[in-house]
Amino acid sequence: MFVAATAAVLMTMLLVLVRALKGPTVYDRILAVNSFGTLTMVLIAVYGFLSGRPEFLDIALVYALINFIGTIAVSKFVKFGGHEPKVSHTDQGDI
Amino acid sequence: MAVLFDIISWALLLGGSALMLIGGIGLYRLPDVYTRMHGAGIIDTLGAGMVFAGLMVQAGLTLVTVKLGLIVVFLFFTSPTTTHALARAAQAEGVLPLLDDKGEDDVDLSQYGMDGVDLTEEPDKSKT
Amino acid sequence: MLHTISLGSTLFALWLLLSGYLEMWLLALGLGSTALMVIIANRMDVIDHEGHPVHMTWRLTMYLPWLAWELVKSNIDIARVILHPKLPIQPMVIKIKGSQVTELGYVTYANSITLTPGTVTLALENGEMEIHALTTASAEGLLTGEMDARVHIVEGAADGTVKGAG
Repeated sequence: MFVAATAAVLMTMLLVLVRALKGPTVYDRILAVNSFGTLTMVLIAVYGFLSGRPEFLDIALVYALINFIGTIAVSKFVKFGGHEPKVSHTDQGDI
Repeated sequence: MAVLFDIISWALLLGGSALMLIGGIGLYRLPDVYTRMHGAGIIDTLGAGMVFAGLMVQAGLTLVTVKLGLIVVFLFFTSPTTTHALARAAQAEGVLPLLDDKGEDDVDLSQYGMDGVDLTEEPDKSKT
Repeated sequence: MLHTISLGSTLFALWLLLSGYLEMWLLALGLGSTALMVIIANRMDVIDHEGHPVHMTWRLTMYLPWLAWELVKSNIDIARVILHPKLPIQPMVIKIKGSQVTELGYVTYANSITLTPGTVTLALENGEMEIHALTTASAEGLLTGEMDARVHIVEGAADGTVKGAG
């Protein structure tokens, strides 16, 4: 049963990867990479159960954190396009 | 009893896998960034959530279940944040959402005392 | 002070759950790292009712099961739309106004909207939200205002526990 879940995750990863490669805008790519990160997390967890080593979950937890920070950072970088913000500060928060 | 738990966990795992596949198909099929976010939302919420729930049933009452629960909670808190950050970044760059004119007429917004947004106007290019 | 204690105990409980060690020396190390985190959070000035909303805990436990059920329903709806050969989507952007009084309430509402597939919050300013909806059905589901009313209860403004900050 874990094998079926693993196969499904891998197939989804393939679809998401196609979207990341095709684009067309940079935001499609970021979105696809974010989904790819979530899928990697699921894959690590399921593979841990498949091989009978649930310790893999710690790695999945850390991966979730890195995926979150990474997506936010890339979104901000693309939006502000470099080191200093070009957009004047508004009240809408910073993310 | 063990068989019952196995069946529940298999159903959850298979359902979650199917939903993730559907989300992936949505990410591939849908026409623009904003609509694709809904496809990614399926993967992030119920797809991953159901798979983790299936693993939880499989693990029983152990520390592993707690860790799986932590991952799910974390995922449910961060997924909207990333989606919103991405949507705002795309909007700031002036990526316009694809709109369906026919759809606007289907739902009568005035009955709720609200108006649709006019997105035909040009985005403010001076900001970007 | 209450928030500091609750943050510290939450962090230490998290440390215990993730490590699983119960030896004296390692417990001391865990306590040390917890204390360091509390000091850093204190310096960052994030220990308040927004960074650590203890007062919402009880009402959240009532709200989350309802949200989970909404999630399941909208997931199935969107999955059906995606698998449909003709792809019957009617993407639209609508503007709605939340009835919340605190910023925390608005953020809870916006996050709940984004979490449900079919609706994504694009912008939130002065209580006005721009929502991107995938189908007419998901937009209509939002416009009934049930989620709005429930988040209004969660933030504690309905029974006067929390006053609006203006």
